Amino acid sequence: MNKGKTFTRRTMLKGTAIAGAAMAAPTVFTRGAWAQDFRNDPGDSSTVTLGFNVPQTGPYAEEGKDELRAYQLAVKHLNGEGDGGLLNTMKPLSLKGNGILGKKVEYVTGDTQTKSDAARASAKRMIERDGVVMVTGGSSSGVAVAVQSLCQEMGVIFMAGLTHANDTTGKDRRRYGFRHFFNAHMSAAALGPVLEAEMGKERRSYMLTADYNWGWSVEGSMTEVTEKIGWETVNQVRTPLGAGDFSQYITPVLDSGADVLVLIHYGKDMVDSLTQAVQFGLRDKQVNGKDFQVVVPLYSRLMAQGAGKNVAGIYGSTNWHWSLQDEGTQAFVKSFGQEYGFPPSQAAHTCYVQALLYANAVEATGTFYPVEVIKFLEGFEFDGMGNGPTLYRAEDHQCFKPVLVVKGNENPTSQFDLLEVVNEVPTEQITYPHDLYAGDLGPYEV
Amino acid sequence: MASLTAFQPSTPKRDAIIMAVFAAVVLTAPIWLTPIGASYPDLLQRFAIFGIFAIGFNILFGLTGYLSFGHAAFLGVGSYAAVWMFKLLTMNVLVAIAFGVLVTALFSIVIGYVCLRRSGIYFSILTLAFAQMSYNMAYSVLTPITNGETALILETADPRIIDRALLGDAKEALPSPSLFGLELTGYAAFYFCAVVLILAFWVSLRIFRSPFGLKLLAIKSNQNRMIYTGYNTRPYLLVAFVISGMYAGLAGSLMAITDPLAGAERMQWTASGEVVLMTILGGAGTLIGPLLGAGIIKYFENIFSAVGKTQLSELFAFLPDGLNEALVGLMSLFVGEGWHLTLGVLFMLVVIFLPGGLMEGIKRLTDWAKSRRQGGETVGDGAAHQPSE
Repeated sequence: MNKGKTFTRRTMLKGTAIAGAAMAAPTVFTRGAWAQDFRNDPGDSSTVTLGFNVPQTGPYAEEGKDELRAYQLAVKHLNGEGDGGLLNTMKPLSLKGNGILGKKVEYVTGDTQTKSDAARASAKRMIERDGVVMVTGGSSSGVAVAVQSLCQEMGVIFMAGLTHANDTTGKDRRRYGFRHFFNAHMSAAALGPVLEAEMGKERRSYMLTADYNWGWSVEGSMTEVTEKIGWETVNQVRTPLGAGDFSQYITPVLDSGADVLVLIHYGKDMVDSLTQAVQFGLRDKQVNGKDFQVVVPLYSRLMAQGAGKNVAGIYGSTNWHWSLQDEGTQAFVKSFGQEYGFPPSQAAHTCYVQALLYANAVEATGTFYPVEVIKFLEGFEFDGMGNGPTLYRAEDHQCFKPVLVVKGNENPTSQFDLLEVVNEVPTEQITYPHDLYAGDLGPYEV
Repeated sequence: MASLTAFQPSTPKRDAIIMAVFAAVVLTAPIWLTPIGASYPDLLQRFAIFGIFAIGFNILFGLTGYLSFGHAAFLGVGSYAAVWMFKLLTMNVLVAIAFGVLVTALFSIVIGYVCLRRSGIYFSILTLAFAQMSYNMAYSVLTPITNGETALILETADPRIIDRALLGDAKEALPSPSLFGLELTGYAAFYFCAVVLILAFWVSLRIFRSPFGLKLLAIKSNQNRMIYTGYNTRPYLLVAFVISGMYAGLAGSLMAITDPLAGAERMQWTASGEVVLMTILGGAGTLIGPLLGAGIIKYFENIFSAVGKTQLSELFAFLPDGLNEALVGLMSLFVGEGWHLTLGVLFMLVVIFLPGGLMEGIKRLTDWAKSRRQGGETVGDGAAHQPSE
């Protein structure tokens, strides 16, 4: 026994010594290299890799799959294949259709599983193993915030996909994170006047909220706006993500005396909860002498497709819709349609635009060095991407552009014609001061 | 199977060799894992961390036979505790580990005390219920502590009392977890986890060889007989349960160190199931088996899930076109999103043909090789068997 102990201790000592030496070695190399260099510099390589981190499983999987289609299309267009898509309409444009800075664009994909842990693991894999210069994607604000702060630590730019919480560019804004998509504050600001005009000043609302940062932020913004109109908030109930069965949350709505249900759900959750709400007869009810109404603050065509006829007459807001008539939208819908045979969703649109914006910034600055790319994107103004004139605000990395208020189509002409655009709310109406949600971008150099 | 889990007397010299080989294999992992595309810090860290988790689980399941279906709860508790230390006190990882393990120990004493009143399937269900309760509480009433779905993350505005007192106000950037000034990111973090893994393995080896380990094995083989010989088995079980919980807490705090974020997903029942799979796949009750299982499952999750059709067609490019397409079509079922399927098939094969896990396969191979060497004679008595480690 005694003998064994000495042996083991010596082995342990040896092991620790080896470990110590090995621990020191890599830090010596990386420390010195940092100042001149940056992580995953493509250098003289003839290709450059982008990382597409999207949910392929979980409640937001449908959105994730459409995002991936958009990214694959963007890569084609960047490499000069296909019809060029938004490269034909984007202004100002530095891209030449020969990759990024002459390097062919390649990509790797990962599954976020709509979980912060898994999303960070796959983003880390892309950065550490696959050497990506930029990570983009995601369809949940919880994931976006988690990946964004990882990218800040790693010094790799993150172009957020679909994320709608105020936190992404508010409380949790990061120097290396950028968001093209609109947010909860903008949704509420755009929806307020429309709801007032359509449903009047005296309403009692009941909110079902997805229980994470996105839900909380939409709940906060919607409450603020509706109470300003004069509505009364009867109750706010938090529901778990991916619950599947929402009947236990919907039954109490019937007896609450509320006459508006605000459904702050997204993806498959929204499809489930809306379908169940309609099945429970909420839409045919009369409460307080008024027709019962349902509002879905963040709407998308994919969700409308999932919920089918149930969306008729239901109001909500979106970042973009394929039926817009501007040049950029038409170009994008055309090339996406040719590739896949159906129109793109708003998730696909924002992801495609984000990939192009990053590539354009690199091309314009002539370097992949993230600090220069960030400085170019901060305050960048562009047009022709489907949303009209758009500004990337420097202080919080949030894009400002018009917001669409939409309504479920009562008489759809095709399986894609499910939403009609009620109002295109101008940028001025939804703009807010950058310090409304206090946050800190952090340093350029990490 | 029985011979695999039986108490195996060993000489100190053999144990020293085992430790030396083990340490060498773990510390050189970045080199020998390169050919299979698994040599990047994040995955290496995961191998080490889930290795620790599985080793700890094996102390309970492998030695006593009590199947806990709620071990992920301890992993989560360890993570949350460690991240809170980062937020409140200091970025020094030793403090985080100490606190993470301590909190998990207390937590497992409470849960163990209640759950160990039952055995067999009832024990499994009780632990599952507790873990699921912790998971749901993390999402609902405990959100002020856990930050719910958004996950607990570090912020620049965190107090970090000790760090601020010693180093003055924090820099603009978020600090990384560190070991007395050495920042633990990338490979440094892996080597730290690797050293902890080696220590954890050594402790587990000592437990396996100790009289305490023998008593646990006796409980597994026949608890009633143990009781009749005058042993009160419950304290032994509780100690095993707490040690195993502390291992999980250690793994959880290491997860928080390599990635300072704690989410409730890691407490979900699927995560508890995963460690059971790891242990059974590798070989329950063996020293190395759970580690093997952890490595294989994490490899599948991270590498197979990222293989797509393009990589497959490149791999089979040498074949004629028709065959190539057919093969790619068939194989793509098993990679990418289909990695669960591959894992499922592998698991079924192991359980059906090698009930003792992969370690049984290795043992059969070595036995076969030995019997060949000895000219077809079967190996002598049990004592001469190569122990499964």
